[in-house]
Parts: sequence; structure tokens; C-alpha cells
Amino acid sequence: MAELTYRDAVSRGIAQELANDPNVVFLGEDVAGAGGVFKATTGLLEAFGPKRVRDAPISEQAILGAAMGAAMTGLRPIAEIMFSDFLAVCWDIIANEIAKSRYMTAGQMSFPLVIRTANGGGSRFGAQHSQSVENWAMAVPGLKVVAPSTALDTIGLLAAAVRDPDPVIFFEHKSCYPMKFDVPDHDGDIVDELGTAKVVREGTDVTIVALALMVHRALDAAERLAGEGISAEVIDVRSLVPLDTATILGSVAKTSRLYTVEENPRLCGWGAEIASIVAEEAFWDLDGPVIRITTPHVPLPAADSLEDATIPSVERIVETIAKTAPN
Amino acid sequence: MTTMPSYSEYGNHDPVLPDPVDPANAELPIDVDTRLTLFRLQQEIRLFEKRAYDLFLRGLVKGTSHLSLGQEAIAAGFGAAMRPDDWTFATYRGHAHTLARGVPMTPVLAELLGRANGLLGGKGGSMHLTSVEHGVMGSYAIIGAHLCVANGAAWTAQYNDTGQVAVAFFGDGTTNIGAFHEAVNFAKVWNLPTVFVCENNLYMEYTSIGHVAPVPNPAADRASAYGLESIVVDGNDADAVYTAAIAALDTARNGGGPSLIEAKTYRHGGHSRADPGKYRPDEEVAAWMDRDPIPMYHQRLLGLGVDEGRLSAIATQTAAAVETATQEAIDGPLPDLASIYTDVWADGGWQWRN
Repeated sequence: MAELTYRDAVSRGIAQELANDPNVVFLGEDVAGAGGVFKATTGLLEAFGPKRVRDAPISEQAILGAAMGAAMTGLRPIAEIMFSDFLAVCWDIIANEIAKSRYMTAGQMSFPLVIRTANGGGSRFGAQHSQSVENWAMAVPGLKVVAPSTALDTIGLLAAAVRDPDPVIFFEHKSCYPMKFDVPDHDGDIVDELGTAKVVREGTDVTIVALALMVHRALDAAERLAGEGISAEVIDVRSLVPLDTATILGSVAKTSRLYTVEENPRLCGWGAEIASIVAEEAFWDLDGPVIRITTPHVPLPAADSLEDATIPSVERIVETIAKTAPN
Repeated sequence: MTTMPSYSEYGNHDPVLPDPVDPANAELPIDVDTRLTLFRLQQEIRLFEKRAYDLFLRGLVKGTSHLSLGQEAIAAGFGAAMRPDDWTFATYRGHAHTLARGVPMTPVLAELLGRANGLLGGKGGSMHLTSVEHGVMGSYAIIGAHLCVANGAAWTAQYNDTGQVAVAFFGDGTTNIGAFHEAVNFAKVWNLPTVFVCENNLYMEYTSIGHVAPVPNPAADRASAYGLESIVVDGNDADAVYTAAIAALDTARNGGGPSLIEAKTYRHGGHSRADPGKYRPDEEVAAWMDRDPIPMYHQRLLGLGVDEGRLSAIATQTAAAVETATQEAIDGPLPDLASIYTDVWADGGWQWRN
């Protein structure tokens, strides 16, 4: 068992894939010489050289266009977009080009590429450097969408994303970078599976589904709810596309209560789709309404006191569930 | 005091007239077989697109289409100059570039008609023609994006040291979008084997490029900002285009990095099927029709001693090929509705959940 930060898990995951396949290449702004603005890619340039780990200008369209063109001609690029907010400046390449070109060309092309990006709040960066935009990506047919919450999942899901033949948007959570996790000793590469949710705490009274940083808050909330006599099952969704609905529906069948904890703003957040699926397919399993605990539908404010009161907190999760779930 | 630009100039600007044909181009060192290829490619594109327009008027071509009538020399010049394993990245005005790489007419026309025997099974349409086996790596309908994508293919060529080149074609209007500037800069600083070809037909859609670009040559005059040579060629002279293409492709192939070529040309019709092109001065249209690249090239070949019979045979064969393609496209079945649910993912399917 080794202790590893989420940040170091990113570089370890990229290193593992660069070592595994000579067609894997990595590009982004300040990723090579500087080791990334979040220091999540340190050591890669030194280990793999400038041909495979390459700094790019501040040109997000050019970066993702390069990744797309390289992928369609045989490389397996990993591209970093420094902050997920910046996906907005290259959304054409993602949503119009990468996502649709396999379909439009009747399967003539493949796009085995990964777009890594730092997502989410908690850093007091304000509304243009703190957004949770995983629901943007989820809304576009042709994109796979992953958001790990732990170091082990970061390595394993990144490996699965790189080895997947389809484009994957890989949302790393900024507030998770400094977190430390136990990573079991492992012989060989760590490779996980896309489209699989994980029950990270078993329970019987309510199901809480969460993603990335919100998984940790849901776990803390579940611990406190246990003290109030409520047994909460916590599911780390991990992968929004493909979506492991079987794990979620199975849990709801057991607990009869569903809560989502979402950092994205409320309207059309990822939990809305899960709520819709559960309402359609597990209505008779439910003993109460599906309740979504989300960031309200506002841009994220910068001040620490405001940001903390905007993103779902452990307290808000506990209060919402304690008020609405039977015990 | 600043002056406001007057948009009342719309459709009422001074005509932009073509330069005369440079007689020296007849002396360029291009062998007769290559010149016959250039002639044939221009014929094929011209007759194919005229037929596409006829079929649109008959209600058989659905959606939109953007024709290259008048601009054929550029596609032909590059098509003849490129290596079979080079890559073409075209725009929504991409019929010409697709045919110029050797893609057969029938699947291209059938795609315009939305048939199952279309190049993309009806799922892409006129604006997304792609044939990977011919090196046509897509036609892109959002201005500027494919310049960035072409760099990625060029990166693969550089990474694997294959000597392949990615060529991206685009219109004059593209020189005003951010992706153009990102892509050209990126290609230069990464020294990528990308050739950027601006087909300056004088109009961004419906508006004169002179009203929306601050320099007379919207691509070439910006080249120096990216450390590139300013290259302007006669886009209505296949020999001039071919010669410029060979030079740029050789530079890219040999590690010399990207080039930016501006080819001056004119589209005989409007921007798309919806546009009659009435904003163009009559004198300008007439002058450019007189500079039609195909009759000019016909005369040049005769002047070089090519037998008229060889040229008329090519024209006849091409016309017959268009007839065959028309019939095969019209006879093509409609796509199977099950194809709606194929090829979202590499496994062939569309599933997003278990």
C-alpha cells in the first residue's frame, strides 16, 4: 500500500500510458517544461522527452484540433485543457468535430483521444475558473465523460480512457489534487473500466449518487447520517457516459430513496438524467421523491464564504437527507 | 476623428478584376501526361457539379450544397500534385477536393441525394464528404476548424517521419476566424508539414472580402505574422497551382514546415444553392467568366501541341461518367433506418448506458 495524491496519480497514469504504447502522446499549455499549472504532469517531459510530451501555445482550438487529427491518423493523444471553463473556447472542435465525425463519416474514422481538464470549485477562482461543466459534455452524443474521485480511480480510469477507441473527456477535480489516497500495491498496469459506477459505502435507507469531489462530501455526510440512525449507500458514478444505470437502479431497489449530489448548476445537471431514468424505470421502488442537491443555478461566486455556501456542502447534504428521509 | 464604415456599400463595391493569364505558365516544366490529368480533373469537377446543380433544381439534391464552379483549377492542381498518402482537409465546399483525390463520382453524387450507396451512407451529406482510403480526411462545415485538425494529421506524419503532408483548403472568409490564426501559428511553431490553401474567391459568403479584411490579400498579407512567405498564385491556372503545390508539398515533406498559399479565383455561382450572387458587379462577373480556368486550359494544351481529339475524348468520357453516376445515384436505395443507430462509437453502436 502506497500513499499517493490525486495530483501525482494524474502524472502516474499518463506515464503508465506513455510507457505502454508508443503511439500515446501528450500536449497542452505549460504541461511539459513547467509540469502543469497544477503540477499534475511533473516529470513526464524528463521521462519521455519532447517528442511525446509537448508544450503548446495558448490555442485551445489548435490543441484539440491537433489531438483530433492525430487520433484519426493513428496516434492516441492526451490533450490537456488547463481549466474546464476553457472548453468553451474550443467547444466547436469537441462538440461539432470530434464528437460527430465518426458518425457523419459512417464509421470511417476513429478518435482514440483523451481531453483532460481541471474541473470544479473550491479554489476561490470565481466563475470562469471554477465551473463544473461535466453536464455540457454529457449532452453531446459521441463523447464519453469520466470524472474520478480518488487516486486509484484516476490512474485506472485514465488508462481505460487512453485505451478506449472513442473520445473521452476526463474531468479531474481541482480540489481533489492535494488529497492523499491509499493505492494498493499492484503488479503491472492499473487499468479500470469506463461505464462502471462504484458503491463506495453500503447502506440500506437511502442511496446517494455523487461525482468527483462530491463523493467525498457524500461519504462524510453518510458518516454523520449514520449517527442520526440513517444508513446511506453512496455511489460514485465515476462515468457519466457510458452510464452505469444498473448499479444505481439496483441500489434504489434496495433503499427506495434517491439523492443526487451535483456540483454542476441545477438546470440539466447530470443528476436530472439519473432522476429521469429512476422515475421511468424504478418508480414503484421509490418511497419518496428523488431529491437533487446541487449548486443553485447561478454563476459561481469567488469569495470563500459565498463559494462555500453555493456548492453542496456536507452540512447541506446531511440536512436535506435528515429532513426528508425516514429513520 | 474616425469615420464609420458604410455598409451601404454592400453589393455596390468596385469590381475586382482578374489579372490576365501569365503566358509564362505555358512554359512551366510540367509534362503532358500531368497536364492531361489536370485537364481531366477540371472537366470531371465541372461536369459533376453542373449535374449536381441540375439535380438540385429537380429536387433530388436535398439540403444545401456549395459548388466550386469556376474554382476547379485549385482542386485539380493539388489533386495532381499530392502523393496518394497525403491528406486532404476540405470545407463544406468540398465536392471538388473529394473528386480530385480520385473518389468515384457515384458515391459522391449518391451522398448528395441521401442514398444508401452514398459515400457516407447518407449520414454526412454534401458538406461532410470523406473518403479515408483516398486520403480525403473530411469536409468540415464550421469555418476554420479543419485547419487545426489538419495540423494533427501533420503531427502524425512528423511523429512517424513518413513524409506525408496534410493540405487544408479554405475560403477567404476563413482568414478572419480565430481558428485560422491559431492553426497557422501552431503549425509554424511545431514546424508541421501542413499546407494551408486559401481559395480567395473574393466573397465571404455574400459580402465582399474587401469589406471585412483590412489587407488586399487576406491570407498572403497575414503570412508574415507567422514567419511564413507571402505566396499568391493564379487560382484559375492549373499549371500555376500545380507548380505552387509541388513546391509547398516538397518543403513540408522535407521538414521545412508549413506554407500558406493564397489562390485567387472566383466562383461562378452564389455562396450556396440559396444564393443567386446578386451582390457582385456585372462587370466583375463578366471579366471572371472570361477567365474561366477550363477553356483557358483547353487552349493552352492545344497551343502546346496536344491533339484536340485527346481533349474531346476526355470530355466525352467524363460526360459519360457523369451520366452513369447520375443513374446509379438515382437508382440507389434509401438508407436503412437502422443506420440512425450505428457508428456513434467505435464498437459500431450508440449505447450510452447499461
